[in-house]
Amino acid sequence: MSDKDGKDRPGEGLPSEPAAAPVSPMFEPPSRREVLKRVGLATGVLAGSAVLGRAVWDKGGFGVAAGQGARQVRDYRLRDRAPEHAELAIAKGKEGEAVSADALVRRAVDAMGGIKRFVSRGDVVVVKPNIGWDRMPIHAANTNPDVVGAVVQLAFEAGAKRVVVADGSCNDPQRCFQRSGIWRKAYALGAEVVLPASHRFRTTRMKGEILDEWPIFTTLVDADKVINVPVAKHHNLAKFTAAMKNWYGVLGGRRNRLHQNIDVSIADLATFMRPTLVVVDAMRVLMRNGPQGGNIDDTKVMNQVFATVDQVAADAYGATLIGQHRDNLSFVKMGHERGLGTMYWEQLRVKEV
Amino acid sequence: MAASPSPSTSPTRAPAHAGVALDLATIERSGHAHVHAHDHDHDHAFVEPIPWKTGEVGAVSPLDVDTSWTPAATNGSKVRSSTEREPKKAGGCGSSCGCASAAPSPAPKKAGGCGSSCGCAGGSSYGGASAPPAKDAGAMQRAAASRIAELASILGIGTPREEARAAADGDAPSKGGAPPKGAPPKKKKLDPKLPGSGIPARKSIRILVWVRRAAQAGFFSLFMFFLFQTSFRGNFAANADTPVRLPYPVEAFLLADPFVTAMTLGATHQVYRGLLWSVGLLAVTLVFGRVFCGWICPFGTLHHFFGWILPSKKGRGAARVEANKTHGYQRAKYYLMYAFLLASLAGSAIGGLFDPICVAVRAIGLGVIPGVQYMAGRVLGAAQDVPVRPVQHLADSTQDALSTTVWQSHQFYFHQTWLIVALLVAVLFMNRFIPRFWCRVLCPLGAFLGVFARFALFGMEKDHAKCTDCNLCLVNCQGADSPQGGVKWRQDECHMCLNCESSCPEDVIKFRFLPNRKSRIGVPDLQRRTLLASAAAGAAFIPAARIADSLDVNYHSKVIRPPGSVEERAFLERCIRCAECMKVCPNNALHPAMFEAGVEGLWTPILIARIGYCEHSCVLCGQVCPTGAIQKITEKEKLGQGVPPVKIGTAFYDLGRCLPWSMGTPCIVCEEFCPTSPKAIWVEEVEAPMRDSKPGPDGTEPAMLTVKLQRPHVDPSLCIGCGACEKVCPVQDQPAVYITSVGESRSKTNVILLENTNYNQS
Repeated sequence: MSDKDGKDRPGEGLPSEPAAAPVSPMFEPPSRREVLKRVGLATGVLAGSAVLGRAVWDKGGFGVAAGQGARQVRDYRLRDRAPEHAELAIAKGKEGEAVSADALVRRAVDAMGGIKRFVSRGDVVVVKPNIGWDRMPIHAANTNPDVVGAVVQLAFEAGAKRVVVADGSCNDPQRCFQRSGIWRKAYALGAEVVLPASHRFRTTRMKGEILDEWPIFTTLVDADKVINVPVAKHHNLAKFTAAMKNWYGVLGGRRNRLHQNIDVSIADLATFMRPTLVVVDAMRVLMRNGPQGGNIDDTKVMNQVFATVDQVAADAYGATLIGQHRDNLSFVKMGHERGLGTMYWEQLRVKEV
Repeated sequence: MAASPSPSTSPTRAPAHAGVALDLATIERSGHAHVHAHDHDHDHAFVEPIPWKTGEVGAVSPLDVDTSWTPAATNGSKVRSSTEREPKKAGGCGSSCGCASAAPSPAPKKAGGCGSSCGCAGGSSYGGASAPPAKDAGAMQRAAASRIAELASILGIGTPREEARAAADGDAPSKGGAPPKGAPPKKKKLDPKLPGSGIPARKSIRILVWVRRAAQAGFFSLFMFFLFQTSFRGNFAANADTPVRLPYPVEAFLLADPFVTAMTLGATHQVYRGLLWSVGLLAVTLVFGRVFCGWICPFGTLHHFFGWILPSKKGRGAARVEANKTHGYQRAKYYLMYAFLLASLAGSAIGGLFDPICVAVRAIGLGVIPGVQYMAGRVLGAAQDVPVRPVQHLADSTQDALSTTVWQSHQFYFHQTWLIVALLVAVLFMNRFIPRFWCRVLCPLGAFLGVFARFALFGMEKDHAKCTDCNLCLVNCQGADSPQGGVKWRQDECHMCLNCESSCPEDVIKFRFLPNRKSRIGVPDLQRRTLLASAAAGAAFIPAARIADSLDVNYHSKVIRPPGSVEERAFLERCIRCAECMKVCPNNALHPAMFEAGVEGLWTPILIARIGYCEHSCVLCGQVCPTGAIQKITEKEKLGQGVPPVKIGTAFYDLGRCLPWSMGTPCIVCEEFCPTSPKAIWVEEVEAPMRDSKPGPDGTEPAMLTVKLQRPHVDPSLCIGCGACEKVCPVQDQPAVYITSVGESRSKTNVILLENTNYNQS
């Protein structure tokens, strides 16, 4: 093309006087074809940028208000509550008897109708222990690894395709998973242990009362069955925590501001997550300085495991272990009022084994 | 005339400033170039002549005089005294090398590597191939032969041994410069594809060059592997009570670094633990010279790579030959090194700012890896949202794999790390202009090893007579150590990469044990005044930095050192800013200081609790610290089982920002996270008045309510300053609880409580 030719170079090739004779080749007008080409090109670029600009045009403002809708629920519960089986099974080791966590878990689950009732062949089972703190099993701040191991073992015995053990820790996850002893135990049994990595969290709208948009640990919700395996322990703000508070591990992001309304946030989470089964570890219970503990003197050996399908009842019963009462636990009351379960655990079919 | 010839250079040489590009035409017109050079010297009255710049460092003075042949013999250009420098950059001839006696030919020599005759003392270069035009080849050769005979007798090169060997081979002409093609001096198979005489390098050398490449790749990979492993990733096989340690000696490269050892030795008069390994590297240097630079150093390998990949079109051929000659600026690294050593004697290991391993760990660990992680996170995060299952799965598993091998499970951020990365990019980019700029000009470790390279048992010897000035050795030279014929080899600059011998088509260069040292210079050619000045500057810098108010007085409250750190002055004596501690910190708590710790404390580790807190049971920073700035404490020592716990600071409440204190809102996340037992944060149960946020009926004043609150307090005698409270405080921007360095157990002055000064006991 003649772009280069078109560029005028002042003073060069310019005759000092206008010459009548042939126009210098430098001043020849472009051909019609050339003119059309150039104009067309300019028009095309303009049209293109106009279309692009319109397509991605931002009108400004904050956009439409967050849409209303029903609360989101991840419900893994069984449909029928099988009247022939217990709804809350409490397995206690006898005084002074050395009892294995494995045996207690089995006794409790068997009283509930056996693991096969809850886990079907080929299921992907998520086991959600509490691996929140960099504490060792003896500090009772995390779920006892033997209890977790027993649940994993049971799930495999029922024919689970995969068993996934995961939690969103408070302290450095690697350290929590290793020093809680759960990593080693679950890995040895063939479970997949998934540490919370930021790419596993996906922002989800839970539409709870105070929990709306939060990053959710997808590993914990991508499952056929979810078994909640919390540890019963003291909590300085919520007073006692076990099953319902354990769902804090589902959340990513900065959970610290939830404490301003910890009871509602726990109730919201329990509304969101409805586990298939709850197996609460009370082998050793942190009586004071929860949730983190750190002092063995704050713990008490109770040799107890209880299983239930009702997470509200689990917390209501568990509170009695550290001398708390359900009436003092707002989140339990909220759960009861929201119909997540009953705080009157005595009204369930309770079986002590 | 102020510029007196330096002792190491030829006394016959006129003092001339090296950096001055003389214009050939001017010289020719002036008719007396000597005067011209003289004029220039007045401009730089105090500048010593820089012989390296001219490539004349190794020029052998008697040769320069005796074997100079009149330019008339070449092309009839003006007769010039041997004291003259050759004009820089005349056409393709571009040699600033002032071959003091070689007649400079204004006409460009043959293209190809021959662009410069680089101080080949006497034109032993003329094998015929590179003869300037209009020259009688036969006459040339005869002249060359006679000169070379003379040269050989003076220099002792092409020596009796050589002759004997040649005789044994029944190959007499080998003595006379480069042999004509087709008449190999030895029973070597000539390769017609090779330039020049096509004599291939010894097989052992060709193999060794590949071994070197493999070693470079291997050591670089090892370095990166260690860097990736500088992070606790947990272990599924470990028992709950297994102490958390790293499985690999990730700081190994630093432990092998004798410059680090020398600095800390100067400052502390001790060699800390694993640093004793650096004696091994010293031993290697004493046997092989600076093999570390050419074979091992990961940062050197990086520069080798970028020096190979980056040059522009202009940086190839003659320009590269020019750049790869020994230059005066290469002395800068020695001055830097001595300045840093004196600074360490004055009490600060600031040389770590320039130590190549420290730079590599710092820049790659704190900048490149997190940066790549950030980008990968964006790309793979977008891939996760693609509604195609295999794509999502691939993105997921890729992120899994990366987060468990290369980086961590969450994004790490580092305080002001942009500067560290910008400097890395800058030194890498310099390879475009000066290949291996870092290694040749700045690296104090290279300089340190260069000082010891003179003792090396292994080295190069050259048969100058055979050199045809093809410059292939220079094209491939890494250290800019004058491998070419006619000048002395700079052993202190040589990286021992063996490229020169491997590329030499004329059998000039030989690496061997206990070589003939007649044509080498082993001692760095430093100028005493500059040396003294830079060393003095290094020594003076430390007191100068300390009278700025950052250490003895007005100690910064945010200089919170990692747990196990020694007292601040001892810390500065030891900390080499290698960033190992920052890289290993599982909570991203440790960061390179900008000027918080004074200008002297640049890039030393500080804890920024808002980004991450000190994990209670973690002692990894001390485990990886190579110099003992952070001691290798055990968990028991840190947590205070049987001994007082390690405190790195103390927490304070900003009551005006604290939710339970001033906003009637329950919170106490800080208390929940407080890791000590009993907790240093305790709560007071109160019933506090609080105004309703809605107005009363009929617009009356809002009602007053009573709320039950737990208000947190710090017990400073229990607080260890870990910063967990500050990290988790929900007041996002400026936390309501924060830690400062006061009360740190390593200090006897930075204290609050009386009972903390218990140094009279035990």
